[in-house]
Amino acid sequence: MSFYGLVDGSEKSLLNFLNQLSGVDQVGAESRAAMLATRSIKTTSKRWAIDTAISMVDLTTLEGADTPGKVKALCSKAVRPDPTDSTVPSVGAICVYNDMVSIARTHLDSIGGEKVPVAAVSTAFPSGRASMDVKIRDTQDAIDAGAAEIDMVIDRGAFLSGKLGLVFDEIVKIRQVCGEKAHLKVIFETGELVTYDNVRKASYLAMLAGADFIKTSTGKVAPAATPPVVLVMLEAVRDFYSLTGRRIGVKPAGGIRTTKDAIKQLVLVNETAGPEWLTPELFRIGASALLNDLLMQRMKMDDGYYASPNYVTID
Amino acid sequence: MTFEYAPALEPRAIVTIKPKYGHFINGSFVSGKRHFPTINPATEEILSHLSLGSASDIDKAVAAAQKAYTKTWSKLSGKERGKYLYRIARILQERAREFAVLETLDNGKPIRETRDIDIPLVAAHFFYHAGWADKLDYAGLGHSPQPYGVAGQIIPWNFPLLMLAWKVAPALATGNTVVLKPAETTSLTALLFAEVCQQAELPDGVVNIVTGDGSTGATLVNHPGVHKIAFTGSTEVGKKIARAIAATDKKATLELGGKGANIVFDDAPVDEAVEGIVNGIFFNQGHVCCAGSRLILQESIAEEIIEKLKVRMAKIRVGDPLDKNTDLGAINSREQLTKIQELAAIGDAEGAQRWSPQCNLSDKGYWFAPTIFTGVTQAHRIAQEEIFGPVLSVLTFRTPQEGIDKANNTPFGLSAGIWSEKGSRTLWASQQLRAGVIWANTFNKFDPTSPFGGYKESGWGREGGKHGLAAYLKTGRESGGK
Amino acid sequence: MVATNRIEVKKTYKLFINGAFPRSESGRVFEVHSKKGEFIANPCLASRKDLRDSVTAARAAQHGWAKATAYNRGQILYRIAEMLEGRAEQCAAEISTTTAITPLKAQSMVSEAIDRWVWYAGWSDKLSAVTGATNPVAGPYYNFTIPEPLGVVVVTASDSFIDFIDAIAAAVVSGNSVIALVDGGLSVPAMTFAEVLATSDLPAGVINILTGSLDELAPWAASHMDVDGFDISAISKKKRAELKVAGAENLKRIYIADGKLTPSRILAFMEQKTVWHTIGV
Repeated sequence: MSFYGLVDGSEKSLLNFLNQLSGVDQVGAESRAAMLATRSIKTTSKRWAIDTAISMVDLTTLEGADTPGKVKALCSKAVRPDPTDSTVPSVGAICVYNDMVSIARTHLDSIGGEKVPVAAVSTAFPSGRASMDVKIRDTQDAIDAGAAEIDMVIDRGAFLSGKLGLVFDEIVKIRQVCGEKAHLKVIFETGELVTYDNVRKASYLAMLAGADFIKTSTGKVAPAATPPVVLVMLEAVRDFYSLTGRRIGVKPAGGIRTTKDAIKQLVLVNETAGPEWLTPELFRIGASALLNDLLMQRMKMDDGYYASPNYVTID
Repeated sequence: MTFEYAPALEPRAIVTIKPKYGHFINGSFVSGKRHFPTINPATEEILSHLSLGSASDIDKAVAAAQKAYTKTWSKLSGKERGKYLYRIARILQERAREFAVLETLDNGKPIRETRDIDIPLVAAHFFYHAGWADKLDYAGLGHSPQPYGVAGQIIPWNFPLLMLAWKVAPALATGNTVVLKPAETTSLTALLFAEVCQQAELPDGVVNIVTGDGSTGATLVNHPGVHKIAFTGSTEVGKKIARAIAATDKKATLELGGKGANIVFDDAPVDEAVEGIVNGIFFNQGHVCCAGSRLILQESIAEEIIEKLKVRMAKIRVGDPLDKNTDLGAINSREQLTKIQELAAIGDAEGAQRWSPQCNLSDKGYWFAPTIFTGVTQAHRIAQEEIFGPVLSVLTFRTPQEGIDKANNTPFGLSAGIWSEKGSRTLWASQQLRAGVIWANTFNKFDPTSPFGGYKESGWGREGGKHGLAAYLKTGRESGGK
Repeated sequence: MVATNRIEVKKTYKLFINGAFPRSESGRVFEVHSKKGEFIANPCLASRKDLRDSVTAARAAQHGWAKATAYNRGQILYRIAEMLEGRAEQCAAEISTTTAITPLKAQSMVSEAIDRWVWYAGWSDKLSAVTGATNPVAGPYYNFTIPEPLGVVVVTASDSFIDFIDAIAAAVVSGNSVIALVDGGLSVPAMTFAEVLATSDLPAGVINILTGSLDELAPWAASHMDVDGFDISAISKKKRAELKVAGAENLKRIYIADGKLTPSRILAFMEQKTVWHTIGV
């Protein structure tokens, strides 16, 4: 593999590349994100942002208590988020555990949701603590069941102990398993990487290894997709594009619950990576509760009065 | 469709502007004989008419300040003085949005800045100094340091209310009374502040505000009843003041011009540096004495930084200052716009390369697109003269010492920025730079606890922090008269 | 024992510039007489060009002097006290011969001057602790204020040896380089003091002493654009305003002592620098 001609696959060349990345000043990154959070998105642009955000939601359920019934209900919601309003777009994807992939795929296909992809969390999600062999088989299993997107976790223990070559190799191998069949999203669990320097390094490491998306978090660890973390990742995909000509997607996941949160994310995208990233092909939001808030805000904009949760479905 | 932000205008209904204003002397508004218009620089709409302060207005104001000093203010304990200042701080917080909108209308700066920076800092400044009023014995200026009496204060148009706070809060906390002359183009928030003084029941004459032009300010400086001058403005006027008081025993603090260097080393946190460069020169339309108006880049990363800077500059939202999403507002006056245009034209003529992003500037009002000049050398006038607008000159250096030498190669010495991830290099650079305020991995940050002021021709004295108190107390180390 | 009829070898009084003792480039001297009218010496009548050369020397020396550790500067100032102790008798004799001051008073003046050097020496490494600050700004920034020397400072002295010492010591202790302008009879002990400086490990150019006429030199010092501070304490009141007007051209820090021995005089020729740095991981 060529790795964009930037590294040769050896740990040494990877480290050489990562070590020349500039550092991130925490205060500066956080104040930029905070400043962008003051953007006031109103009227037509808010309406556009809400629909765009809906189309970017990776509607997620990742619970031990998940059942086929729950997953099917979620699929219905994914295809027609508001059963009373056909102008509401479908969401970006359904995101489930492996054993629910085929259930979700079958159900989506049966209700006209052929275009909604199923994403599976993989590689011993959420901890990533399994042998490489198990991780490969985990991924293969999901793809075989019909997953078009693989959300893999990196080995944070290896990352934090400096074994970046190991982390890189795992991503490369999972990328190979995905082949042409599945998009690969690489989850960093930024709450465990802690520093923005690490987030930047992980972003480049994953992109070089072949990620199609870089994703903040599993949703199981807080803090998750904070605006400055997403800012740093958006800077990485922007700069990687000018380096390679390839646009990598970004997926914040975890902690994005309100329309306001989602719009802040879109503003971050717009003013950091640029408007080219404002598409579900390049930006997703991993969430569950968010969708209903987006729907309620949409109703408010249509009806002119504040909505009640009684009027949106709870699946 | 792309993500265009629909206009998000801050409602202006929160402010009431009177058609005509008087001076605020001895606790009440007194109309002057002559008036002059004050406009909204974003629209050229006339907002109101202000009194043009005459010699007799200044006389009355100084007399009121002297009387208040003798009869009430100097007799109050520090504790009681402090409580007045706390009251003022609280009322400013209560009416913060009103002040923010009025400042934006009168000055042209974006509501985001008046709302998030100017007005919160104003309140913080009063709150901070309120606490000093009864603790001056512990300020390191000797036992029971004494105030001067009447302070004559002249402030600029770039941060109208914030500069008022920088002047009035320490003066009152240390026991002086005040005659303040706001800038000709931006007096409205000072006049609204007069209402705050009334609401706070500040004794009559402790704060007096006389509006007017440069002649009003000169009259105040030369008034024999004024014991202390505090001025923020151009170096040219600062020197005039220094000469004007030479034969008197008046003391002066002067916060003057600058040509701040923003030095980016090759180990800088690049994205934050780009933000810092933008904040350094485009904050407040570049109408900032401490603006980072000279970008001094290490050659090895110059290209990368300039490229990223241009991408970032294209995101700057220039437009209606009342729009909450505006980043760069209107130039404060036609006069200032002309000055910026002239200096930019000189940059062109001297062969520097000008670049600005595409901006749709309104036909009405005074506007100047964010601009950088690359290929600038020390010999260019745009590398030497203060432009006081959104215009950045970019220079390069090869070794750290060369960067420092270029940064220091100016008669000014107000501010400088350092961008590096290496602690020892940052501390080294901060020692080498001849400037009163050094920002490392940040820029244009202000705080009432942090002393501010310049080296060399950027002025005399400090404002803010423990050091700022010395400006209003007899300490035996001040520049100025006798 | 020295024969009573021995011819004394008298000293030629020169200037003290950049660690050397040159004559005035102008070739001019002036006569100093004792209070009884006897000829004492022909000190140099320094010219504006001597001043210019002194400023150049002082500017060149200043960076290194400021960069020396405060401990080192303190020791050098203390060394000046030690060396002056060895010349105390000579200085006192010169003071009492050239002024109306009695020999006894002159001795106590020189003793006081020595003690002043000791006092100032101790300040070098305490200024930033006493007058600096860490400022608790409302944000994730480490913010501190430290005093720094101004640069090149010209000081003046006309009658009192102690005032002469105070003016120099207050300016030099913080890391400024100094040019002392000395008037009249004080020139004689001042140049003896220059010999003290020459043997005190003080780097060349840090202190320069020009003898002559304050009236002639002060306006040139006031208007010199490479002079940062000017102590005009020894200038008569009616002449101060014109110096301040001239000094305004580069906004010189102009200072007049109030006669009290306080660190204010040191701080008058210091700048306060405030540094912000982000705090983050």
